[in-house]
Amino acid sequence: MDRAFDWDAFFQPVWLSLKVSFIASLLVMALGIWAAHRIGGRRFFGKTLLETTLLLPLVLPPTVVGFLLLVLLGRRSWVGRLWEWWFEQPVIFTWHAAVIAAVVVAFPLVYQTLKAGFASVPNEYKDAARLDGAGEGQVLFRITIPLSVRSLATAYVLGFARALGEFGATLMVAGNIPGRTRTIPTAIYAAVETNEWLLAGLWSAVLICIAFALLLATRTRG
Amino acid sequence: MRRFGGAAALALGIVLSAMTGCGTASSSGDRTEILVSAASSLTDCLQDIKARYEASRPRVAVHLNFGASGALRRQIEQGAAADLFISADGENMKLLLDQDLIDESRLTALLSNELVVVAPADSDIRIGAIDQVFQEKIRHIAIGDPETVPSGAYAREALEHLGLWDAVRPIAVYGNNVRQVLAYVETGNADAGFVYRTDALASNQVRTVYTVDSSSHGPILYHVGIIKTSRHRDEAEDFHQFLRGAEAREIFEQYGFGVTE
Repeated sequence: MDRAFDWDAFFQPVWLSLKVSFIASLLVMALGIWAAHRIGGRRFFGKTLLETTLLLPLVLPPTVVGFLLLVLLGRRSWVGRLWEWWFEQPVIFTWHAAVIAAVVVAFPLVYQTLKAGFASVPNEYKDAARLDGAGEGQVLFRITIPLSVRSLATAYVLGFARALGEFGATLMVAGNIPGRTRTIPTAIYAAVETNEWLLAGLWSAVLICIAFALLLATRTRG
Repeated sequence: MRRFGGAAALALGIVLSAMTGCGTASSSGDRTEILVSAASSLTDCLQDIKARYEASRPRVAVHLNFGASGALRRQIEQGAAADLFISADGENMKLLLDQDLIDESRLTALLSNELVVVAPADSDIRIGAIDQVFQEKIRHIAIGDPETVPSGAYAREALEHLGLWDAVRPIAVYGNNVRQVLAYVETGNADAGFVYRTDALASNQVRTVYTVDSSSHGPILYHVGIIKTSRHRDEAEDFHQFLRGAEAREIFEQYGFGVTE
């Protein structure tokens, strides 16, 4: 290293990654709870097809997710135009796009975990509550969620970890803008390409430590 | 358990035999295959040249590997089995030369190009002077990552020369190679971008809105060199020769490149 270590350049992607993952994890939890409650506990026509579709991001290459998001959210698409009209800025190449990519790829993990957790709550409890006049919202918030706190915590941690590790789709839709959309995985990719191995190593160490701590937390809970 | 072990051993055997089968792919049948690592901006014209070359050399197959010159240089440093390297600058070639990976006697400057600013074909952006890249209509301007993409390095050099680089950085979206920069503008996701004149000519979805003053950056010269570790030396030299011939020259010029003497 011939120049002083640039701590600012080191921390920017770290903060951005944490911010993106935190917001994405909250969003994906909300979506996951809603989906697990509405879809997971019921039987209806086309349920298997719908669930399979929702699980696709788990097995698809991130480039496919990225491509589809570009088609969906690009400035030529109507969603992209609507977003631009509403927020007065395009979504592509902003950190919001990174949040969206993270939500999409984290969703299957969160959904599967929550669905299993919700299913472990005996139906008798829910039916008893319904019999006493509880609405679906009350059943969810008073019965199902309190009785599956562990699955909720596991789902949150897995969602956060997956969001933190998201790279391919994020790079495609949020781009690579140092200080704005450069997350830790994107920064590592760029650092390796430019032979800045010290930075790549430090960022990798940060990700390994966080991921290890998160996974450990889910295991001691379970 | 035992049954599983047998199945696993069988699978491993199949995988290993498939892998060794692929290991010797450098000459398939009677054709000698050479790998040319070339700057992304050469994508269209080299494909034409390859077709023309292979038509006259039935025993040689040319494989083209396009990417940012900096990324290709890295691959070669790390031992990629390339036979020829065409970089969009002299810098990446020099770095390989310094490591004794390029045959100096065959190193030549082949082509020249110009740096331009493009906008989507349907946009009404106008740029009269370079400092007009700062305007309300330009939220994102795509630039090749200056660390690995020569067009980005030239753009940074020009903007630094004019004292504008620090102001551009917050709106700059980095592309991994010049064709990605072009794609960012073609799709309208970036409002403008720095590419070569030849890239702008190759796309009907963008239009050139500004030509960067060539005195604000170093000369854009494409260099071609033969990799010292090439195992197909004769074929590499022959293709190198072909690139400098009249037939290739005509194709290069047709795509808008300047051919150096």
